[in-house]
Amino acid sequence: MEQILNLFFNMAILERVGPFLLRGLGMTLLLSLVVVPMGVLSGALLAVLYSLRRRWLNLLLIAYVDFFRAFPPLVLLLFIYGGLPFLGLDLPLFGTVALAFLLNTSSYYGEIFRAGIESIPRGQTEAARSTGLSRWQAMLYVTLPQAARNVLPDLIGNTLEVIKLTTLASVVGFTELLNNARNAQALTYNATPVVVAALAYLVMLWPLVRLVSRLEHRSIAVR
Amino acid sequence: MELKGLVFSFFNAEVASRYWPDIVSGFWVTTKLGLAVIVAGIALGLALALLRAFQFRPANVLIVIFADALRALPPLVVIILLFFALPFVGISMTALTATWLSLSLVLAAFAEEIFWAGILAVPKGQTEAARSTGMTRAQTLMQVVLPQAVRITIPPLTNRMIAITKGTALGSVVAVHEIIYHASSGASEAGNPTPLTLGALAYLVLFVPVVVFGRWVETRFAWKR
Repeated sequence: MEQILNLFFNMAILERVGPFLLRGLGMTLLLSLVVVPMGVLSGALLAVLYSLRRRWLNLLLIAYVDFFRAFPPLVLLLFIYGGLPFLGLDLPLFGTVALAFLLNTSSYYGEIFRAGIESIPRGQTEAARSTGLSRWQAMLYVTLPQAARNVLPDLIGNTLEVIKLTTLASVVGFTELLNNARNAQALTYNATPVVVAALAYLVMLWPLVRLVSRLEHRSIAVR
Repeated sequence: MELKGLVFSFFNAEVASRYWPDIVSGFWVTTKLGLAVIVAGIALGLALALLRAFQFRPANVLIVIFADALRALPPLVVIILLFFALPFVGISMTALTATWLSLSLVLAAFAEEIFWAGILAVPKGQTEAARSTGMTRAQTLMQVVLPQAVRITIPPLTNRMIAITKGTALGSVVAVHEIIYHASSGASEAGNPTPLTLGALAYLVLFVPVVVFGRWVETRFAWKR
């Protein structure tokens, strides 16, 4: 037992690598705070464009969404990370990582918003238009808020996935939590940093998991 | 940037012919790993959901803890825990096993929740009616509740399976010789990103049909309101 504690919850090691892990956690949060709002916005934009029902535009949007959903995010990240320099583009690492995640996640948010907008009866738009609202006002003030409420469990669920996604940035050496934990493990030859990082993810994301579960069960019960 | 340079970097025929066989062998590793994850994950998830339906409290608590933990932990963290942390207590496994086991457990956690939600969605009257005809609890569950539950679980389950089989790319982090491992090691070896292009194409060949299939399933099995 003592040996297990030594290897997995070594307090002396935790004290030494603690600040390093905290800095990684900060980067994880920062990356999430950039990618999630931008993903939600661009996803909503994709869905609104889709609702215009322009044939060629919709084909293009479906192609975009399916393309980036077919790509495993890690492949996208490595492709952008390894390929951009050859295009003569020199993005900072944060930008590279954020771009890869944004391309991936905007297509998921886009699909969710599309389903949401489609769940709103046409009568809502017609009623809003008849009161004198413009098309865009009707979309922004009437359709979109109801759509977002209808797909709230999926939106929160996808946000959870985005935060989990940030761990992939460790593969290209971005100094987020998992990256720092792995480096600390290699330096100390002890599993404590990785175990503590895993616990940090659990503590951080477990409330979201519970919330998604509850919302999903409720939406099924309503049916 | 001129087109010739672009072609030389990303679609270099000479580099492509050199690394093509590696990518193909990675393609099969990814396919087999993905299928193995789906089979194990769905089977375990279904078994846990059925077990949960028997309302045996200690078992339910454990199942909920398992499902919550594996849905909260990023899959890459699970892989790294299994592959790099467990050897400290003398449990070591190959990179392939660690990746398979991690992704299967993650899929099982999601599948359990989806199946369970499906079972709850079947009206209670169905169970009561089946029980009143003399069927046992197990018979009711297997022959009445489950067939109805499975139908509504198909769309979310398909999406989750797609998402997690894409996670096989994470195996490259612990050096499983799947597509992206060969693609990125080939790219750094050749000093040219063409192997990455090949790898990306291989993923598209593998997953575009799957994503299109998922889209079809979603409309085919959509809940009729």
